[in-house]
Order: sequence, then C-alpha cells, then structure tokens
Amino acid sequence: MATLSYTTRRQAVEQTFPLAVMVIAPLLAIFIQAYVPKIFPRFAMLDLPLVVTLYFSLARRSQIYGAILGTSVGIWQDALTQLPLGINGICKAILGYMAASVSMRLDVDNQGTRLLLVLTLSFINSVLHLCVMRWLLNVHQDWSWGMEVLRAVLNTAVALPIFVLLDMFRQRS
Amino acid sequence: MESFFVRYRNPLLLVALVLLQVILLASQIRRSVPGSTDGAQVRLVRLWVEGTESPFESLLHGIGHGVRSTWSNYFALRGVKKDNDQLKAEIDRLRLEQAAMAEDARQGQRLQALLDFKQHYLASTVAAQVIGTSGTDLSRVLYVDKGSRDGVKPDMPVITRDGIVGKVREVLGPHTAQLLLINDQTSGAGVLLEKTRIRGVLRGNTYGQLEVVNVMPDDRIQAGESIIASGGDQIFPRGYPVGKVDKVQRDPAHDPYVQVLVTPSANLSRLEEVLIVTGQSQTQPGNVAEDIATSEALAEQQKKAAEVMAEKLPTVKPEQMEADGLSPALHQPPPAIHPDRFTTGATPAASAMQPGVTPTATVPVAAAPKAKSESSDAAAGLDAPHPVPPVKKLKTPAEKPPAQKAPADQSSPGAAAAPAPAATVNP
Repeated sequence: MATLSYTTRRQAVEQTFPLAVMVIAPLLAIFIQAYVPKIFPRFAMLDLPLVVTLYFSLARRSQIYGAILGTSVGIWQDALTQLPLGINGICKAILGYMAASVSMRLDVDNQGTRLLLVLTLSFINSVLHLCVMRWLLNVHQDWSWGMEVLRAVLNTAVALPIFVLLDMFRQRS
Repeated sequence: MESFFVRYRNPLLLVALVLLQVILLASQIRRSVPGSTDGAQVRLVRLWVEGTESPFESLLHGIGHGVRSTWSNYFALRGVKKDNDQLKAEIDRLRLEQAAMAEDARQGQRLQALLDFKQHYLASTVAAQVIGTSGTDLSRVLYVDKGSRDGVKPDMPVITRDGIVGKVREVLGPHTAQLLLINDQTSGAGVLLEKTRIRGVLRGNTYGQLEVVNVMPDDRIQAGESIIASGGDQIFPRGYPVGKVDKVQRDPAHDPYVQVLVTPSANLSRLEEVLIVTGQSQTQPGNVAEDIATSEALAEQQKKAAEVMAEKLPTVKPEQMEADGLSPALHQPPPAIHPDRFTTGATPAASAMQPGVTPTATVPVAAAPKAKSESSDAAAGLDAPHPVPPVKKLKTPAEKPPAQKAPADQSSPGAAAAPAPAATVNP
C-alpha cells in the first residue's frame, strides 16, 4: 500500500498556490491600493500590498520567498510615489522575512494567531518606515502612536477576510 | 566557509537585499536627470510601473465616469430649467460686479506698468482627469490622463476653479503625468496672507494638512483670513486662492516661529478633474477682454435703464411747485433767531474767495448802516484771525464795532434770509 509521508514538518504544512494567483494577487492589491483612495481618501491608511505579502510569506513558510516578495512589492509601491525607490522595499523585505520565520514556529492557520501577527507586523512596518525616512533619508516625519496603532488595527481588520479569500486558492503539496 | 553560507543563507540573502536597497536609496539622492527629478534608471522603473498600471486605471476611471455621467445626466434634466434661470441671473449679477471691478483692475495694471511689474495671466489650460494615486497617505501624489502629447511639462501649476492644487512633478508618457499635491511634505509654494500681507512658505505635514511655516508670531493673523499665491515661487499664478487660515499654533521645532494651519480652497482629497496651466502670458487673454467688454456693455445698459426710470418716476421740481402755489422757500432752513457766522448766506461762495485773502462776511445792508468805512487800510483787515460774524462789514480793526451793538432787528430772519450785496475787503 502506497503511503504519502512528509520528511519535515515544514514540508508537511507548506502550502503552494497557482502561479497566476501568486502573481496576480500582489499586483491586484497594489492596483486597488492606488485606485481606491481616489474615491475613498481614507483608504490610503491601509496597506493592502503589505497584507498580501504577509499572507504569502506566512503560507509559503519560506524566508527567501518572503524577502524577495516583500522587496518586489515594496519597490513597485515606491515607484508609484515621488519618494526614492527602496523605502517600502526595505520595510517589506524585512517583514516578509519575519513573517516566514514566525510561520515556521507557529500554527498560522489559526485566525487568532493570524490576527496577532498581522497587527504586530503592521505596526513594525510603521516603525521601519519611520526609521528609513529619518535615518537613511534624513526626512523629518511626525510620529503619532494613535495613528499608527489605528493603521495596524485597520490592516488587521482588512487582512482577515483577505486571508480567508486567499485560502480558497491554496493547494497542499 | 561553505557551510557558513549554507547555514546562514537566508539571513544573508535578507541582508544583501536590504543593503542593495540602501545603496539604491543613496544613489537616488545624489543623481538626477536634467529636467527630471529622478535618475535615469529610477525614472525608467517608474515609467514601467506606471505604464503597467495606468491603462487599467484609465479603463476603470472611464467606466466609472461613464456610469456616473449617464446617471447624473438623467437626473440633471429634471431641474435644468430652474438651474438655468438661476445661473442666468447670477451671470448678469456677476457681469455687473465684473464691470465695476474692471476699472479698478485697469488702474492697478497701470500702476503695475509704471513699476515695471510683470503680471501673469493664465493663457491656456488643459483639463485632466485624475486616474490614480500613490496609494499611501505618506505620499500625496496623483496621476492624470494628460501627458506630453497635451503639452504638459514638469513644474506646470495645477489648479481647480477653487484654488491651487499642486504642480506637475513628472511627465510619464504621452497620456500620463504625475502631480505633486501642495499638501505633500516635499512640496512648497510661496503664499501671502491677504489682509496682513505676511508672506510665507506653504507646505504639507505628515498628516496631509497644509501649513505656512516659519511665520513670526503676529496677533493680526486670525482664523478665516484668506491666503493667496504670492507668485514668488515662479510656479503658481499670483493672487490665485490657496485657502483660509484655520488656526495658528506654536512651532515647537522652530521656536519662536508659529505654524499657520490652512484649510485648502480646493478639496485636495477628492479631486476628479484638474486644470493644468500650460501657458501664462503678460497680456489678458482674448476671451477675458471680451468678457469684460460684455460686462461693461451690460453695465451701461443698466445705467441707461436707471436714468429712464428716474425720468419716469414722479419728482418735485421748483417750477412745478411755484405753479402749484407752493413756496420753494419751504426748502429753506428755518430763519436764525441769533444769526452768526454760520448762518446761511453769511459765508461767501467758495468761488468768490481768493488765496491769501481773509474771507469776508456778507452782511445785509440793513444790518450794516455804518459798514462803509472811510479808512482804506485794507491790510489791517487781514489781521482778523477768523471770519467776522455777519453783523457788520469791517474795514479796519479800529472801525470794528462791538458785535453786541448791532440792533436786534438788523439781524432779523428776513434780513438774514435775503442778504444784500456786501462790500468786500480789497487788499
């Protein structure tokens, strides 16, 4: 009788997605992020590309994949602003790596874990952004704890349904 | 050594990625292409990214615009007659206002010409639709559907009918340009507070609010004061509205300066259509001159109509009153009981006065039986510091009789009301 066995825990729970989903989902997130604030200006507080980056990094459980995906998405986002390329790239590369690192140690299919992870990583994204702006670019940027916590909470609130939606496309390898 | 790289492959890759991007950041700060704000390679990346996104954004914008316009056009027809009447009435009113202001404007232009001041008028504009944003509230950038094919160039001012919006930062193709809004942290505009005439630099803060920075504390700056473009930045048209003062607060980073928070005239968060100023000239555009001429013609018509109306309205005329048996004297002031130099008729007409000559009082003949002096010392009459009360005509101070000696009946109301020709001092 043939049996299917996994050699490691990572292989056991690593999830793969159709290539089209892995390409289109980040692009769609960036597109929506650029278009919707024209209609709902408050939407600019969210960071959909970050949410998608975190999702794929958590699901793939690969630090290299997370870092590369974060870099690509971040630079794409930077290209839409007037700011130098690399600001979001650096932040999201680090966050993708962190998310993948955490996912190898925790059960990230649990909604509660996801919620806490996205909340924490969104806040870290704000901190990293501030550090890059102040220390690497010497650009003064005000910091408001309330605003950044609110941003993290909103990202988390949006992330949960997006995660559920993207879960529908995953394939177990 | 090999095991080190294998073991730490993942963190090393992350470090390499971050380091590469730090180098990329550093290189962008140093380099820039003439006429562009970015380096050549960075500009290329932006072109690719925007080239990928903008077709979809344009498509989505077109669909949304079509649906909205169909919907709104249908409902707009319901009240179009009423709106049209209201607008016509408003146009007439505004034309009259414009005619009144045109003369002041011409006077201002003449004065500016005397001072060799260069006035810039908006000669040509291009209407552009907003198709996208940067997607983050840390970068206030918009994308529009007009580009190099429409004559759009970097640093051209962007306005709406309400006020200034920003400037063209980059032209990314024949049909795409990137706008930098005035509420971005990296933007700046020269502004002027309209009443207090305080100049300053307008810029955005982290939260997208507009603020005029580095302003000395001044109690005259009040909330609600209008702010206009000063034209000092050589980008935004001088005098164009920018916003209103919201509040004045201390600037902790630049003590003792204050920050003037500004509410923008244009709704920067909901921009659908903007005007890119592609040309400015030092002469009035033809349509503006034509519009002013129309306004003046309308004002002239109104003036004539008012005159015709005045003729038709019943008016009281002296001849008609006499014919009706009414006395025009009704319009005369009541007679003075104790006439003095302020009494009606006591002061000579302004045309009769001469420079350097003391004004003389006209005195009724009956009231001045001894007014004619034998003395010819007219110069003495000049010594009188004030006009003499209309009791007597005086020639010299020696002949000056005491005023209280004037007979009471000589200053009777009838005499004051009908003054006789008076002798004047002839120096």
